[in-house]
Amino acid sequence: MTTTTTTTTTTVLDATGVTMQFGGLTAVRSVDLTVGSGEIVGLIGPNGAGKTTFFNCLTGLYVPTTGTVSYKGTVLPPKPHLVTQAGIARTFQNIRLFANMTVLENVLVGRHTRTNEGLWSALLRLPSFKKAEEASRERAMELLEFAGLAAKADHLARNLPYGEQRKLEIARALASEPGLLLLDEPTAGMNPQETRAAEDLIFAIRDKGIAVLVIEHDIRFIMNLCDRVAVLVQGEKIVEGPAEVVQADERVIAAYLGTPFEGAPGAEEAAEVEAAEEAAEAAEAPSTTEGDEK
Amino acid sequence: MTTNIPTQKNTDITKSPTTQATPLIPLPPAAARLITIAGTAVALAGTFLAWTWTKDFPGNLTVTGYPGGLQVLTLVGTILTLLFALSGYGIKGLGWLTPGGTNSPVLVLTLGVLGTTGYAIGAIAQELGGLVNLEPGAWVSGIGALIAVTGALGLPADRPHDDGDTPNAWGRLRHALTAPEPGRTKDLPSWAEILIIAAGFGAGLYVFAYGIGTEYSELFVGFLIIAAFGFTALNRAGLLKQLSALTAKHRTVTLAAAFAAAICFPFTQTNDQFALIGANILIFATVALGLNVVVGLAGLLDLGYVAFLGVGAYAAALVSGSPQSTIGVHFPFWAAVITGALASLIFGVVIGAPTLRLRGDYLAIVTLGFGEIFRITMNNLNGNSGPDVTNGSTGIPNIPDLEIFGFNLGVPHNVLGHELTRPGNYYLLMLLFTAVIVTVFRRSADSRIGRAWVAIREDETAATAMGINGFRLKLLAFALGASLAGLAGTVQAHVSYSVTPEQYQFAGSVPPNSAFLLAAVILGGMGTISGPLVGAALLYLIPAKLQFMAEYQLLLFGIALMLLMRFRPEGLVADRRKQLEFHETGQLDVPDDKGLPETATGVAKAGA
Repeated sequence: MTTTTTTTTTTVLDATGVTMQFGGLTAVRSVDLTVGSGEIVGLIGPNGAGKTTFFNCLTGLYVPTTGTVSYKGTVLPPKPHLVTQAGIARTFQNIRLFANMTVLENVLVGRHTRTNEGLWSALLRLPSFKKAEEASRERAMELLEFAGLAAKADHLARNLPYGEQRKLEIARALASEPGLLLLDEPTAGMNPQETRAAEDLIFAIRDKGIAVLVIEHDIRFIMNLCDRVAVLVQGEKIVEGPAEVVQADERVIAAYLGTPFEGAPGAEEAAEVEAAEEAAEAAEAPSTTEGDEK
Repeated sequence: MTTNIPTQKNTDITKSPTTQATPLIPLPPAAARLITIAGTAVALAGTFLAWTWTKDFPGNLTVTGYPGGLQVLTLVGTILTLLFALSGYGIKGLGWLTPGGTNSPVLVLTLGVLGTTGYAIGAIAQELGGLVNLEPGAWVSGIGALIAVTGALGLPADRPHDDGDTPNAWGRLRHALTAPEPGRTKDLPSWAEILIIAAGFGAGLYVFAYGIGTEYSELFVGFLIIAAFGFTALNRAGLLKQLSALTAKHRTVTLAAAFAAAICFPFTQTNDQFALIGANILIFATVALGLNVVVGLAGLLDLGYVAFLGVGAYAAALVSGSPQSTIGVHFPFWAAVITGALASLIFGVVIGAPTLRLRGDYLAIVTLGFGEIFRITMNNLNGNSGPDVTNGSTGIPNIPDLEIFGFNLGVPHNVLGHELTRPGNYYLLMLLFTAVIVTVFRRSADSRIGRAWVAIREDETAATAMGINGFRLKLLAFALGASLAGLAGTVQAHVSYSVTPEQYQFAGSVPPNSAFLLAAVILGGMGTISGPLVGAALLYLIPAKLQFMAEYQLLLFGIALMLLMRFRPEGLVADRRKQLEFHETGQLDVPDDKGLPETATGVAKAGA
């Protein structure tokens, strides 16, 4: 499925040394991340690892304490609307659609940065206004078609089923004609069917030449999807690499499942659980006391 | 023709048998309908009899054979009731009256008739000192109305109960007042549709002009009761829905018809005072429409909005050539208008730039503060506590009348054989301004800028993430709203002859103040055009007509707002969006889940 091996990738996003501190708490600690064009990069990590905070730093919602984020070689100003203008679009972990606008209007709002009809042209209704409005509508309908929502263009966003709201959020983000799309948990709350549909959608987006950076918990989804995966644990990037490598990395397993305590059954012993049952029970007791001491 | 067939025929829209819905009073439908019609006829007959013996009660209700005053209202109510009740019999030619509910409009109207008649009886008894002052006619009408209500309560409900079982009495009463949605209208030729729109606006204008023209507060109260119930009945019958579907189809025609009806208004008025009320309503309404840009579209709660009206009015007064103006220049009208709008615009930007960094409640409090600062500053620029610019609390009096292209608005003119007096002139001028402001509102709302405003209102963070410069667009909304208010202010200064700081308070008994403006927008319906116009008209008329309750006005006003927020949070005129937002059930817009049948579980999981 992935055909990125031969492409000479240019760097789209380059975050260097991004650190975000909230008072004494360091949510993100000097994280470096690059995304090349035509790449799908995954960002995973346990809850509270700072993934969304890092996203917010990238998109200008937060001003990072130190570090810079640059897009195609230019350093981004920490203002969300300027970041979008530059070419980075995003979706939100908890869907943030304009609930009381129609599906089409939602996408039209996404076109905001790519059109520049001001108040005067709206009031005077010059021919240029009509032309721009027409073009925006056409483009928005294309995107809805792409996301499979064209039939629901006139529905209120709030009335869409959950999966379609996710799709609409992606369509809205695409309306700003980004070079990089940031997806914050695009499959949260979806059933397996919908997840597969989302996968296809993301591949289709990549095929349009848009790089994608995706936060996700669903490991299988990430493994299918991503060319490269970075793992964030407690605000620090611990591993980065191809999906298979990351999946096998001990530190990642440790971060998700915890470190095995000393004297715990290893992988081989675990296979003979029945035989080692007594030994395991004996080992249980010291582990709890160890926990208490901490 | 039996009675059962038409009942079935009319309710087949709901595709359910009527037997499920038990009426409040268990009567056979035929008997109930007969009782309703008989009672209504008795009430109608009563209006032709004398209701009281003396002319002390306003409106002269002593004449037999000729209804007057409050009797006319009962008469109109009973005629409407009869029409709707007969339509329930399926009489040919009346079917168009009830495309939606058949029996609920009858019930609503009988309640309205009982309300006005009862109010009239009560008012006569109270003002003349006892029930003994009533003549038999009043009793005939009153008892007739009561019988009609009893009959109407026995009519089967238009819709079967939702879950099959019968609720308690209160639930059944509330249910009896609901009606199904009207079906789609047959496609008429477009000239007929336009004619219907014109007739609708003509009727609307007539009712409105009658309301403004009511000469004493008893008549106005009676009018309000019957108008409110009649309006609800038309709504239940589905006529208003069909009319609004027509207006949506012919938008330009509708706007033209509304404008034409509004132009006709001063020609229907013989009394100067009522035309002045019309002009003041328009001033109030245009400012409310300006506020609607800020509150309704961009979602910025501005509690000091009347200050912008004040800035426009003061600016116009200063350049009006009034002898008391400290500047003492006399600009032509067009220049004064530009001055007023520009002054408001600058004031709006100056206030908006620091305050719009705040959100929600904080913004509301700060704008409230700035509104008061404006008033106090105008008070203090009197030469004592500050430079003499505004004459302090005396304000700028003796503002001369406008003269546009040699046409003096202060003197009566003869137009088409009708004497158009000063208030009439100003009314027409203000109507022109209203048309401009309505156009500005419509066009800005339906554009890239308007969508950005709504997006900011919906979710500011998401809006900025979509590339919208939140601060700049909010400032734009603030500035546009301010200059629209300033525009209205320039005319207001001339209409009221003088400007004083006390006209521009946060809350007061005279309508254009910040609290009433906000109330007009919310009561009428945020984000709509007709909403603030209707809200402003009501909020201006009710206090102006009911002088006797001036002391309780704010109290009653508060109660009315609370009731409205409880029962119709989207305002009197709701745009489609708001209607869907507040009333989850029965919406037409629910997507018919095709394709992904499993999504229901997905939603449930996500909700958890």
